[in-house]
Amino acid sequence: MKGWLVRVWETDPRRDPNAAAYLALAIGAIAFPVFVSVFTGNPTFWLSVAGDAGVYMLLALGLNVVVGFAGLLDLGYAAFFAIGAYTYAFIASEHGVVTPLHAAIHVPFWIVLLVALFVAASFGLLLGAPTLRLRGDYLAIVTLGFGEIVPRVFKNASTWTSGVNGVSALDTPELPLWVKGPWSGDAFALVPGFKIVDPLAYYVIMGLLLVVCVILVRNLYNSRIGRAWMAVREDEVAAAAMGVNTVGVKLLAFAIGAAFSGFAGTYYGAKLSLVSPENFGFSVSITVLIMVVLGGMGNIPGVMLGSLLIYGVIFLVLPGLPDFTVGFVKAVGLGGLAQSSGDYPGIGEFASRLKFLIFGLILVLTMLLRPQGLLPSRERAQELTKGTHEDTVIEDVTAAVDA
Amino acid sequence: MTLAAVEKPILRLENVTKRFGGLVAVDDVSFEVRPGEIFALIGPNGAGKTTLFNGITGLFPPTTGRVIFDGREITGSKPHEVAEFGIARTFQNIRLFEYMDAVDNVRLGQHCRMRAKLWDSLFKLPRERREEQATTDRAMELLRFVGIERYAHSYARNLPYGMQRRLEIARALATEPRLLLLDEPAAGFTPQEKVQLMALVHKIVEQGITVFLIEHDMKVVMGISSRIVVLDHGEKIAEGDPARVRGDPRVIEAYLGKQN
Repeated sequence: MKGWLVRVWETDPRRDPNAAAYLALAIGAIAFPVFVSVFTGNPTFWLSVAGDAGVYMLLALGLNVVVGFAGLLDLGYAAFFAIGAYTYAFIASEHGVVTPLHAAIHVPFWIVLLVALFVAASFGLLLGAPTLRLRGDYLAIVTLGFGEIVPRVFKNASTWTSGVNGVSALDTPELPLWVKGPWSGDAFALVPGFKIVDPLAYYVIMGLLLVVCVILVRNLYNSRIGRAWMAVREDEVAAAAMGVNTVGVKLLAFAIGAAFSGFAGTYYGAKLSLVSPENFGFSVSITVLIMVVLGGMGNIPGVMLGSLLIYGVIFLVLPGLPDFTVGFVKAVGLGGLAQSSGDYPGIGEFASRLKFLIFGLILVLTMLLRPQGLLPSRERAQELTKGTHEDTVIEDVTAAVDA
Repeated sequence: MTLAAVEKPILRLENVTKRFGGLVAVDDVSFEVRPGEIFALIGPNGAGKTTLFNGITGLFPPTTGRVIFDGREITGSKPHEVAEFGIARTFQNIRLFEYMDAVDNVRLGQHCRMRAKLWDSLFKLPRERREEQATTDRAMELLRFVGIERYAHSYARNLPYGMQRRLEIARALATEPRLLLLDEPAAGFTPQEKVQLMALVHKIVEQGITVFLIEHDMKVVMGISSRIVVLDHGEKIAEGDPARVRGDPRVIEAYLGKQN
């Protein structure tokens, strides 16, 4: 069994250049709960934030399969996220009563994870089948359209979805059996039907989901399918001539990417206990895409790192900016700047108005300084440093011979 | 010779025509390639040679006419299906996966012969692992066969030009073809490299693979082929053994005449 586990992980006999990154992520994930409970006054808040960040990490991992591995630009990825979340809302809440169905369905969270996976993947196939014959820009536009349509359908099909109000009071995930003990401040006991409400529990669930997903994606990447994706990304004609069913492998990338957001959607719905069409807009698709590109397209730990950083910037740094600047000017004795006067709104409000400019600048600067992403895959790093390598000489020879 | 003539052809083209709008790139061409031979397609630039290859491999199917491979009609089959049937090809302007290393290029070539399903790959089941290992071993074997094993872990784009041509042949062989189409395999080669290439082609034929090549270099073509078809402006103007083709007045006019 252990041997099998080791083999599952070590698919490549050569040493994995990403090993250090995986190790750091694993240690970070384990240390985080300890860290926040020791050094911050509000560990519950931070664990909850980490759980939400994990949702984006899952999404980034999934989109990486589509964009990074197979090279298909998907601008409507949030649609599959929405489909995953609404799947949970439909089959794990009282909501069924107010639909024409007049009956509530309560499927356990763990099973919905799988159901949502298949539902989202099916929609991936449904969208992919007619569109994956398109190339590049055209595919991007079609997916963009899909990403706009899906939330609108959920918004307007109000008989079934309660429209803009969304679906609330989703079921709380439950474990059939759980052990309570001194570590949770209780007496030792076996509890049946344990409801998961503690942010730490959600954190652990997310951790496990991520571990499973990373292993599966990594296995795929190191298989004939991963190679076929790479080949299709590089030269579709050559790949087809070598016996790769290009439409088939692209469809598979689409379906697998979608399956991930089905996962993410279910978790998101369960944790928030609410889904609403507003949560799945274009900005979600773009945010996830930024995470993938900035983290290092095609490289699993790269996109994980990218998702953490971008999540941190968007949801922590930028909203905290006004308070931070006000605190800063007061601390350095320029408290007057914090007051509004005339057209000047005060430094806090000023910073708040500038935050998206700042976000944009961060993105532009990162891409200028490190176009291959923070932690790029071997192939991508090569592609983007074309011409600056030792092989330039060889290229020149090729050019001379061709001429 | 008489024995070969009665043998069933491995590839038969029947009245193949390819039109691009008003342009007739290939005009009513028919010929047969016999198993185990080295068959050459020659003709001046723009004669429609590569178009014919694209028609056979399904990249741009012929407008009319039939392509029959080993008794089965493959006209209009998709490129990946044609590869599965057992026809592999190389490209005139080398089309390797530049950012994959040489081994991976060859392993990709084995894609359509691999049996691992999505499930096997997702969970790295033992049979998938065994297959991956076998694929890697086979890839190394093929790299040795074409003589570029020392570049196994270099990116395809970093290989010297001649080695890239060889890698493309190795990748094509990885699909386990019965018919190998080589599109100007000696283009840009030094005379010495051409000799090496001819030796490699003979080695391939010895493996029981039929070779069908497009070539510009007359020395290579005349020295290596058992039979030759000559295209000019999309039309077949001659067919036969090298001596006969060389003596054909239409060929001399259309092709060799231009050369001298």
